[in-house]
Amino acid sequence: MALLQIAEPGLSAAPHQHRLAVGIDLGTTNSLVATVRSSISVVLNDEDGRALLPSVVRYLADGTTEVGYAAQAMQSVDPHNTVVSAKRFMGRGVSDIAAIVNLPYQFVDAPGMVQLKTVAGVKSPVEVSAEILKALRARAEKSLGGELVGAVITVPAYFDDAQRQATKDAARLAGLNVLRLLNEPTAAAVAYGLDNAAEGIYVVYDLGGGTFDVSILRLSRGVFEVMATNGDSALGGDDFDHRIYCWVLEQTGLFALSAQDTRLLLTRAREAKEELTFHPETRITAVLSNGQAVDVLLTSKIFSEITLSLVNKTLAPTRKALRDANLGVEDVKGVVMVGGATRMPQIQRAVGEFFGQEPLNNLDPDKVVALGAAIQANVLAGNRSGDEWLLLDVIPLSLGLETMGGLVEKVITRNSTIPVARAQEFTTYKDGQTAMSIHVVQGERELVSDCRSLAKFELRGIPPMAAGAARVRVTFQVDADGLLSVSAREKNSGVEASVMVKPSYGLSDGEIADMLKASQQHAHDDMTARSLREQQVDGGRILEAVAAALAEDGELLNDAERGKIEERMAALRVTLEGNAPQAIKNAAEALNRATESFAGRRMNRSVQQALAGHKLEELES
Amino acid sequence: MSNMAMFSLEKNHFALFGLAPAYRLDLTQLEQSYRDIQAQVHPDKHAHLGEVERRLAMQWSTHANEAYQTLRQPLARARYLLQLNGAESDENSNTAMSPAFLMEQMEWREAIGDAKAAEALADLEHLAGRLRAEIRQREEKLQQALDVERDFAAAAEQVRELKFMEKLREEIHFALEALEN
Repeated sequence: MALLQIAEPGLSAAPHQHRLAVGIDLGTTNSLVATVRSSISVVLNDEDGRALLPSVVRYLADGTTEVGYAAQAMQSVDPHNTVVSAKRFMGRGVSDIAAIVNLPYQFVDAPGMVQLKTVAGVKSPVEVSAEILKALRARAEKSLGGELVGAVITVPAYFDDAQRQATKDAARLAGLNVLRLLNEPTAAAVAYGLDNAAEGIYVVYDLGGGTFDVSILRLSRGVFEVMATNGDSALGGDDFDHRIYCWVLEQTGLFALSAQDTRLLLTRAREAKEELTFHPETRITAVLSNGQAVDVLLTSKIFSEITLSLVNKTLAPTRKALRDANLGVEDVKGVVMVGGATRMPQIQRAVGEFFGQEPLNNLDPDKVVALGAAIQANVLAGNRSGDEWLLLDVIPLSLGLETMGGLVEKVITRNSTIPVARAQEFTTYKDGQTAMSIHVVQGERELVSDCRSLAKFELRGIPPMAAGAARVRVTFQVDADGLLSVSAREKNSGVEASVMVKPSYGLSDGEIADMLKASQQHAHDDMTARSLREQQVDGGRILEAVAAALAEDGELLNDAERGKIEERMAALRVTLEGNAPQAIKNAAEALNRATESFAGRRMNRSVQQALAGHKLEELES
Repeated sequence: MSNMAMFSLEKNHFALFGLAPAYRLDLTQLEQSYRDIQAQVHPDKHAHLGEVERRLAMQWSTHANEAYQTLRQPLARARYLLQLNGAESDENSNTAMSPAFLMEQMEWREAIGDAKAAEALADLEHLAGRLRAEIRQREEKLQQALDVERDFAAAAEQVRELKFMEKLREEIHFALEALEN
């Protein structure tokens, strides 16, 4: 008889059943990684017990990188090669960041997204972000003792398609399987909602390092519904630092500082801002590279005055979001504060006054997003049934097409619940026109030139017809990550064209593969080994899922159908014993095909069962 | 049997939520059914499964969202009911409105224009209130036409007119927004 096994205290009794998944808050200033351990969401600390990883990457001449505190320490010494706030450049062109002044970087104007010149070569913000994600992934795998199944990565709700795509690209580059891109405010609400069993209308006020988001959420009976979202993707705690920095320059009469001195004063400004959370005044001192000393006293009264317009800039989107949700401040049950910048007393005061109630601060505003993301990652990885709640998220910006005269025709309006699909018909402008240029844009304005261009593609081969006779149906589909794909079809001829909206500057699969290869030192062996492991994990997961489905709903199949599925399961099992990734992949795909109609029937049954209760009520009434 | 999933996806929106097709709708029950269905089909419930399940989940969830949005909004619901009954509202092609209605529209536009020019927030809010009442009244009539009299031509006309009212509502909304900025 086998001996009974007893696990070490604190370790799960069946660790192999728990799929390792993490939530990552990829922030402008700091990033965090969290996971659910024994049903509790916890932030994973680094070896020195620190939760935050400064979102700072320093490139060295030998091609290596420093990430986090080590890089931050070198910020003043090596400003050109030390990248901070890379999140602000994600999916952004030079013209977008023109407003961000006094940055010590050498920008390279690349098509669509800016790049930065460093001693280690030209780097895109996606690569910089990938370095941060890699560091968090390594921290998590070390701390959890295994490879991650996947991660939920949070993005500001106001991020547009280009910024979301860039974030997903960065994750892929870091070797992370993205289970879902989750809006930061939604993640915060998940953390709060579950801890406090909250019901009602909640506002999530999220002032991070570089972005401001405000979301109106309705929490009821386990459903988290984003009713409206608004914000400013270029407003955050950094701007408060910058105001202090400008004030210091004014007070001291300094100008034309070197990049290094700028960095130094910005760091001092940030420290002063943090001091003023706990003290009524603070002294800002620094010695510049030319030996000149800076010594000024900043009071919290002056700080409030010089940042009043920034505080007010957060209230305008807040009002808009409330109006979009058709609500007034009196409807709001609680205001969740997210982001370290919300610690500033003037923010707490302004938000409290606006809503007529004390904002909620029981969870650490720096950690709340990562904690919520981890909870969702745990559900998405299949560790928990997740019957307890459901996130119904919305798209933050309208999506549309360019029509004659440079006008935008909106196809999907902002705040639509995702996933969503919508089709619209267009026609030709000239007699005999055989091609149509489809220009996809994002934004609320009426003119194409005021919106963000996402993609352009052409539908060719339309048979020559009179102007207005062709009927081109353009379909927009936005998936649960908020990413768009567009297809177009001419109805009379059946000519089709489609595009997965990779904004002009999104990375292609090939580019990502190249970057991955380049970053691997023992490229080939590692890639094959990794690919084999990935296929084995995937194959195992599919087998497990199909077996569970057969056990649960096997009676939906006749003997022949069941036999075929079992045959392919056996075939997949055989390949899993071997070491050929492609064979596993093929067998898994074959099994997938065999279960397609079964999956459809199961989905159908689950919907019918969900409604069974109501049908009874209807009969009774 | 193998087409069962498709059959369900092709059910009309009312049937999908277990509701009788009518303009007057129990919105609480619609919402409850919608959430119950999403709780089953949402991509988040299938993220750890294979490609087939994930694709199906996206199709189903998209469909449930579309059906819910259509039934939730009174005007969209009325249009959909007309369509189910083989009638169309012809909003783009049929622009023959009664002179009385057009006169009314002009008066509305003038009032909104004046309030905008004077930057009179209170006036705009007052207009918004009046418009809400007017829309509610028209929705009552629409309900009569659709559910009781089953006069689809009258209902179609009411839908066309309501679309104009909807535009007025948007205009006030934008004007309010502009004033507050």
